[in-house]
Amino acid sequence: MQFKIAKTELDRLVAALQCQGYTVLGPRIEDSAIVYAEVNSRADLPQGYRDSQEPGKYRVRPAEHDNYFEFNLGPHSWKQFLFPPKVTVATGVLSSTGWAFSTPQSPPPKYAFLGVRACELAAIAIQDRVFLQGPYVDPIYQARREAVLIIAVNCTVAAATCFCTSMHTGPTCTTGFDLALTELDDCFVVDVGSPRGTAILEKLNVELARAQEIEQAGALQQRAVDQIEKRLDTTNVHDLLLNSLDHPHWDEVAQRCLSCTNCTMVCPTCFCSSVAEVADLSGENVVRQRQWDSCFNLDFSYTAGGTVRNDRRSRFRQWLTHKLASWQDQFETSGCVGCGRCITWCPVGIDLTEEVDALRSQPSSDRMLPIVESPQSGPLHRTCQVRPAESGVSSGDE
Amino acid sequence: MVTNKITPQPAALGRGGQQAVNPELAINQADPWRSLPVRVKRLSIEAPSVFTVELAFCDTHNQSNYRFAPGQFNMLYVPGVGEAAISIAGRSSTGALLHTIRAVGSVTQAIETAGVGFPLGLRGPFGTAWPLEMLAGTNPPGDLVVASGGIGIAPLRAVVETIVHERSNFGRVSVLVGARTSADLLYRHDHDQWRQSNIDVQLTVDRADENWQGQVGVVTLLIDRLTLPSPATTQVMTCGPEVMMRYVAKSAMARGIPAENIWVTLERNMNCAIGLCGHCQLGPEFICKDGPVFPYQRVARWLSVHDF
Repeated sequence: MQFKIAKTELDRLVAALQCQGYTVLGPRIEDSAIVYAEVNSRADLPQGYRDSQEPGKYRVRPAEHDNYFEFNLGPHSWKQFLFPPKVTVATGVLSSTGWAFSTPQSPPPKYAFLGVRACELAAIAIQDRVFLQGPYVDPIYQARREAVLIIAVNCTVAAATCFCTSMHTGPTCTTGFDLALTELDDCFVVDVGSPRGTAILEKLNVELARAQEIEQAGALQQRAVDQIEKRLDTTNVHDLLLNSLDHPHWDEVAQRCLSCTNCTMVCPTCFCSSVAEVADLSGENVVRQRQWDSCFNLDFSYTAGGTVRNDRRSRFRQWLTHKLASWQDQFETSGCVGCGRCITWCPVGIDLTEEVDALRSQPSSDRMLPIVESPQSGPLHRTCQVRPAESGVSSGDE
Repeated sequence: MVTNKITPQPAALGRGGQQAVNPELAINQADPWRSLPVRVKRLSIEAPSVFTVELAFCDTHNQSNYRFAPGQFNMLYVPGVGEAAISIAGRSSTGALLHTIRAVGSVTQAIETAGVGFPLGLRGPFGTAWPLEMLAGTNPPGDLVVASGGIGIAPLRAVVETIVHERSNFGRVSVLVGARTSADLLYRHDHDQWRQSNIDVQLTVDRADENWQGQVGVVTLLIDRLTLPSPATTQVMTCGPEVMMRYVAKSAMARGIPAENIWVTLERNMNCAIGLCGHCQLGPEFICKDGPVFPYQRVARWLSVHDF
């Protein structure tokens, strides 16, 4: 059964959630990008805007529509609210009897996410496996995750960097939400995913969706599917990558990769972190702060015996083989949801779908052969070209 | 304030079928970031820049309830400086936990300079254990070759300690110890006790000085000459530099010991110790929770890849 609500009901939706103690987070335009931050009414949403994305490039522009959600993804993911970029994991106080250690016991923030896309629901499901499947559970993620309410939005358009259809994660939301909206010109068609979703819907002016509206919602979802041009060939990608660890293509990527960590920061599933010690001047009050880290950082693999991954070649290889291959061994799912953020926000426009194609085009069994660059060499040849820097503000300017 | 309960861990099976052994966790699985207060009871110098600390829990409840299995490690915490993953080398006669540490980083140097009485934090134990049940669980008990390089003897010391206490549960035991020089040989004061327990202890050094009259050369040479009456049922446990462990495995297999009988323990950057921070990955393995002790066959493929 599908319902519909008028667009003005968004305000009532936000108010109803706030009334139940939720902080409502949704898309807003800040610093020329659509980010996720607190919203208090539909006036905060990027109504009438559209993003355009390509490798190493992101723009938000006014568009010829009045819709609130007719865009795709910005640099933010919901990861920052469930797995915070910086969070206290433990504290210590020194007294005459020694250290007293404790862990934060305060209740988690109560968030309602408004505007979660299908690929992002998939990303949350992946992080659930990482942080909750054990043997150890991350208490910080768990508390925040249990408190969150999710209002998803079905994509009706696709960016040039989207490839959720290759990863079977979207663009239509099928599971993992309390409510899911599809935005038509004059209303939202609403799917209910949970009893909590039903309870929220009861606070709004709701009608049953008419057959014509349901059909129109389906057509808009299909429009997004039809707009997706990027493909990641996942056929046997696990073995392809792990059998290609000595492939010469890693050297070629290393010449382009800046090891800047952007791809891991924008990735909605990357979970690497480090704990930093923060002490006061007396040294008797210490806070342990967990911060996002990245396998692209040199000291990430530091050991007493030396740093394991010393060059960009080995660090890029670690990222890609983990994301697409060893992640499957660890969590029985790919680590990639096809959101394309790592492509858009890579300052040199490295596109993982092309890198996989390049590894595929010359399988590891041929890897001892010299690479001959010729016009016929296909994807490998294409990715050998370093993209010229785009004029204007690029995603890597920070 | 939450008390640190002893929470039994459900038996988790690693992908290779190896059981992740956490006999009883002193750490609360629902509160894995919480350190337990400990103090340095004794600090003894083992070798240049290598020392052993004896740690006792400040809380008597923790002291009497803490359990570990040989091969597991603790995260030792110097508040304000950081944590370091240190394998558990055994227990002192008074029940204090032994950790043998090379002072190479900020945390380990802080422990070394602070000395006796220094208050620390401890999280653990973490990780998989040496498969002692493969030896003690057979009739007759299986034979064992322990091969170590440098400070790699530390996590194996806990194995030898167990064997000394339960000698009849084990068959022939050889402990092969390699070090750079005779000054770098650890636990020399323990060797007499090991030998009295009918354990074959053989030492070798890379470089001999005027004080050394024993073997010179790599530890694999000792394997080549070892008396091995029943290689098919002999287990090998090795810890040292990765390249050393690969050659130990090669030598052991050349002596007829099946590849599946060879066990290694690995080192990577450990930050969380609970499989959540990503630092310690080796291909599909998280060294902290899938290891640090692995069947050699399970990780051999990854160890052969440079910078992986």
